[in-house]
Amino acid sequence: MIARALIFALFLGSTVAIASEVNEAALAADPVAEKRLQDLSTELRCLVCQNQTIADSNAELAQDLRREIRGMIKDGKSDKEIIDFMVVRYGDFVLYRPPVKGITLLLWGGPVALMLLGLFVLIRYLRRRATRIADDQPLSADETSRADALLKEINPK
Amino acid sequence: MNRYYWILGAFAALVVLLAVGLNLNPRDVPSPLVGKPAPAFNLNVLATPDKTLCPRDMQGKVWLLNVWASWCVSCRAEHPILVEFSKKVDVPVIGLNYKEVRGDGGFDMSKMAADDEKKLAFQRANAWLSQHGDPYKLTVMDLDGRVGIDYGVYGVPETYVVDKAGIIRMKHTGPITPDVLGQKIMPLLAELNK
Repeated sequence: MIARALIFALFLGSTVAIASEVNEAALAADPVAEKRLQDLSTELRCLVCQNQTIADSNAELAQDLRREIRGMIKDGKSDKEIIDFMVVRYGDFVLYRPPVKGITLLLWGGPVALMLLGLFVLIRYLRRRATRIADDQPLSADETSRADALLKEINPK
Repeated sequence: MNRYYWILGAFAALVVLLAVGLNLNPRDVPSPLVGKPAPAFNLNVLATPDKTLCPRDMQGKVWLLNVWASWCVSCRAEHPILVEFSKKVDVPVIGLNYKEVRGDGGFDMSKMAADDEKKLAFQRANAWLSQHGDPYKLTVMDLDGRVGIDYGVYGVPETYVVDKAGIIRMKHTGPITPDVLGQKIMPLLAELNK
């Protein structure tokens, strides 16, 4: 089991190494363009291995898309134009940071709404408890002596 | 007691939410191209390499664009269904052969000349079709996968339904199954051909 996990880890490590090697070879040629390629491709999802960015993935499609991006950078396209190129073809899913719009409102607003709801419930609970404690009347002298008597009955010492 | 029902209800709702979420297919990414004109291309035709085809040539017809390659295992699975379809239904299927050689993974592309790649691609595609049957009216060759990118191809096979005006009406990612054909594609074709 451990051996298998190790092999898997090694395999993962090796693919990452290959991916960065390929990038590094081109990096030397034009550092500014390569930096842009890196930045852009970490924003874009590889649709083949869906939890990797185009920068991380060594899938064929990711390589092709890196090549496309490199071409577009060379052609002087802006970052927005390049991102739009991807969205037109692959949809919002290609973006690692989904845009804020009607359909993603729950995604972006959900956690905040849940936290506010939690805070509201917590504050209400604390307030109620505070008033309940404040409302509790201390025992009268008569009640205290009766309580003492009862306690002594159970515990005669 | 009442509040425990409330918690139980919330838990049940969470279970339902997760059950639905886990049963969705994450590979089925809705294509933004549905409802948009089929992206233009001008690619060499497999049977007549000196001729090219572009989507405009298909204007006025409802047609299918099926993305395939000989190295694609799932394509083999869906192929008999396409062959059957082409015999029974009068809707042209255009094949888009996607990265026939460089998609295979068995070749060192840095050592292959462009002409050699082209020759090999045509040879392999022809061999595959003569072995498994040719359901395509025409097949066009996308050697470097650029047209595939324009169509948002990310998992071969993929199939697009294009209407008479050249608008993409449906995209199916993955092999066509009899269910997909009968329940999604055929009704749509009937509607578009009305």
